[in-house]
Amino acid sequence: MQITIAHLKRGERGIITDVSSVHIPLKLLEMGCLPGNYVELVQLAPFKDPMYLNINGTHLAIRKETASHILIDKIEL
Amino acid sequence: MSKQINVALIGNPNTGKTSVFNSLTGLNQKVGNYPGITVEKKQGVCKLPRGVKAHIIDLPGTYSLNASSLDENVVIELLLNKNDKDFPDVAVVISDVENLKRNLLLFTQIKDLEIPTILVINMADRMRYKGISLDIDHLEERLNTKVALISTRKNEGIDHLKNLITNYKDISVTPCLDTSEIDKDYFDNLRKAFPNQLVYKLWLVITQDVNFGKVDRNEIDAIANFKTKSKADLKRLQQKETIKRYQFINSVLKNGQTIDLSQAKDLRTKLDRVLTHKVWGYFIFFIILLTIFQAIYDWSSVPMDFIDSIFASLSEWVKNALPSGVFTDLLAEGIIPGLGGIVIFIPQIAFLFLFISVLEESGYMSRVVFLMDRVMRRFGLSGKSVVPLISGTACAIPAIMATRNIENWKERLITILVTPFTTCSARLPVYLIIISLVIPEGRFLGLGYQALTLMLLYLIGFGTAIISAYILNKILKIKGKTFFVIEMPNYKLPLFKNVVLTVVEKTKSFVFGAGKIILAISILLWVLASYGPGPEFNDAEAIVKKEFAAQNLSEDDLQRKVASQKLEYSFIGITGRAIEPAIRPLGYDWKIGIAIVSSFAAREVFVGTLATIYSVGSNEEETIKNRMAGEVNPILGGPLFTFASGVSLLLFYAFAMQCMSTLAIVKRETNSWKWPALQLIIMSTFAYIVALVAFQFLK
Repeated sequence: MQITIAHLKRGERGIITDVSSVHIPLKLLEMGCLPGNYVELVQLAPFKDPMYLNINGTHLAIRKETASHILIDKIEL
Repeated sequence: MSKQINVALIGNPNTGKTSVFNSLTGLNQKVGNYPGITVEKKQGVCKLPRGVKAHIIDLPGTYSLNASSLDENVVIELLLNKNDKDFPDVAVVISDVENLKRNLLLFTQIKDLEIPTILVINMADRMRYKGISLDIDHLEERLNTKVALISTRKNEGIDHLKNLITNYKDISVTPCLDTSEIDKDYFDNLRKAFPNQLVYKLWLVITQDVNFGKVDRNEIDAIANFKTKSKADLKRLQQKETIKRYQFINSVLKNGQTIDLSQAKDLRTKLDRVLTHKVWGYFIFFIILLTIFQAIYDWSSVPMDFIDSIFASLSEWVKNALPSGVFTDLLAEGIIPGLGGIVIFIPQIAFLFLFISVLEESGYMSRVVFLMDRVMRRFGLSGKSVVPLISGTACAIPAIMATRNIENWKERLITILVTPFTTCSARLPVYLIIISLVIPEGRFLGLGYQALTLMLLYLIGFGTAIISAYILNKILKIKGKTFFVIEMPNYKLPLFKNVVLTVVEKTKSFVFGAGKIILAISILLWVLASYGPGPEFNDAEAIVKKEFAAQNLSEDDLQRKVASQKLEYSFIGITGRAIEPAIRPLGYDWKIGIAIVSSFAAREVFVGTLATIYSVGSNEEETIKNRMAGEVNPILGGPLFTFASGVSLLLFYAFAMQCMSTLAIVKRETNSWKWPALQLIIMSTFAYIVALVAFQFLK
């Protein structure tokens, strides 16, 4: 199974490998959600949704549904 | 030579763009609307060196030139239209030193439109905390522009920026990105088809159709026929363009910026650990709300009492100082009490706007959106609905406009429909005066009963909004993609100057906007209350004298009886008594009825209306509150404003849709009369029923 941002736990990091352009708004890409950039899960709201992320230095929150369309390679600490 | 330079300030949200605007223009600014749409247009004048003047326009914040909202569309419309009178001679892109990489994306897009573009790197004072160092010379060389490193907080670098703007003609307009890197064939074809046009501009026009589709094409109308790619292909090209731009930006920053993470002192992490915590986050949010309501109530009571008494004495003074006649009566009994009814609420409204602007400026509002999204989604709303619901406590009109950044149409529509339930500042005057009349003083756990009642009314407003959203979510059948992206900006200490400017600006527009209506209504009411048709009005004195001849009344009492007879048979009295049967079951008399009817122009008219009606024919110097307390229920006897009728009125105002401006905005934002009509009918009927039940139960 492919690992996505939705699988991250708090404090974990990964590198974005693929973004499905059908499910992801251009706005998110423009904010830095692009292949090659790093992503860190900063904080989770109750029920693990939405997810507060640090992508390439930009801090933003997205819903878990969207996060599950962004594939990553997890960085083991 | 006194040439005026057109300057456009452009930047991502949360980069301190407005602070730069305030630093450049100071108080020389005016806020209006773009014609036809309700996007705020801020412009100002700045004096530059060598006697040059700059006309500065502060464009809405945007992340890129691919618009996804009406506000962002304004930016593109202006930049694509060379004939617009505001078309910039020079664009100033404001970026934030901590998010330089992302901010540069917008910079490269604007530069590619071949407009001279200055890069401002703001918040330079934070560089040291974050361990960031910049090689400005390198950045200027690679980006082929001039860079101003500034700090609006410390007021540094503004003069340098002014110099750069003055010498804008020296700035190169070479593009950053070669379009053939995206798709050589496609862009070569485009260039051949429209040899006189800038290719990147054409590309923007084509792709706006994909995303938003409202660009005014003017001379490049023919481009609509240039369809050689499917929408999905175009989106893929946009994605590629974004990647290419980031590659360029990364190569620039590789040598232009160094970040020493060991130097970074991260306040954000520490604050977020608490403020977005599963338990503490919500607890703190609740405490903040509680503090706001207590403050609005307690802090503003002193200036309010002061203003109330000033207007009462002013009215009295006018009566004594001016020669008696129709004009003096109109002034003393119509205009002054009517205006007093609005001026008195300036302190509270200013406090409310103060708190809202501090919450937004500090970056806390985004945390609330994050915390609330999951909860709100259950009710068919978005986390972003929290901002309209909270700013709806100031006014539903900007709140409904603030729904524009909700990506999903169904969530947005529901937010628009339920926002008018939140307690707007126009309800505040009504609440305050009634609470002070019918709710006893006293304290519970350090909080006043009156403040608690007010808080309860706000909660009722929110509660009703949420419950109606839940019902609407079940009823409405609208499908759409759900996207939710919100930036979590850095925490900032709000700039005193920005907060003050916001408070002054918003309070001013509240007072003048509502003031005009109130003035007109006060005059109308005074005329209607001072004249009447039949003999009961015109011969009031004779009738009253005859009726009470046996009782041997004192001159004063007799005068009062005459005044009340006149009022009752005046035009307004006749109208009021005609509608009285409909509102009597709610515990109101015809005077309140008139006040409610006039409230449909704007709710805050209520207090001014009562003040005008009560003061017609009265000779004593009295405050609005005392006059209301002295009113007697015509049937039951005893004071008119009892606990039961007071609560009934409070609930009526909590639920009724009584604001024409809001209905107009809802029409504009939903593009249909259906939604505002439903709001008006459903909310007002509901209000009537609740008020009826409350009065009958409590009386």
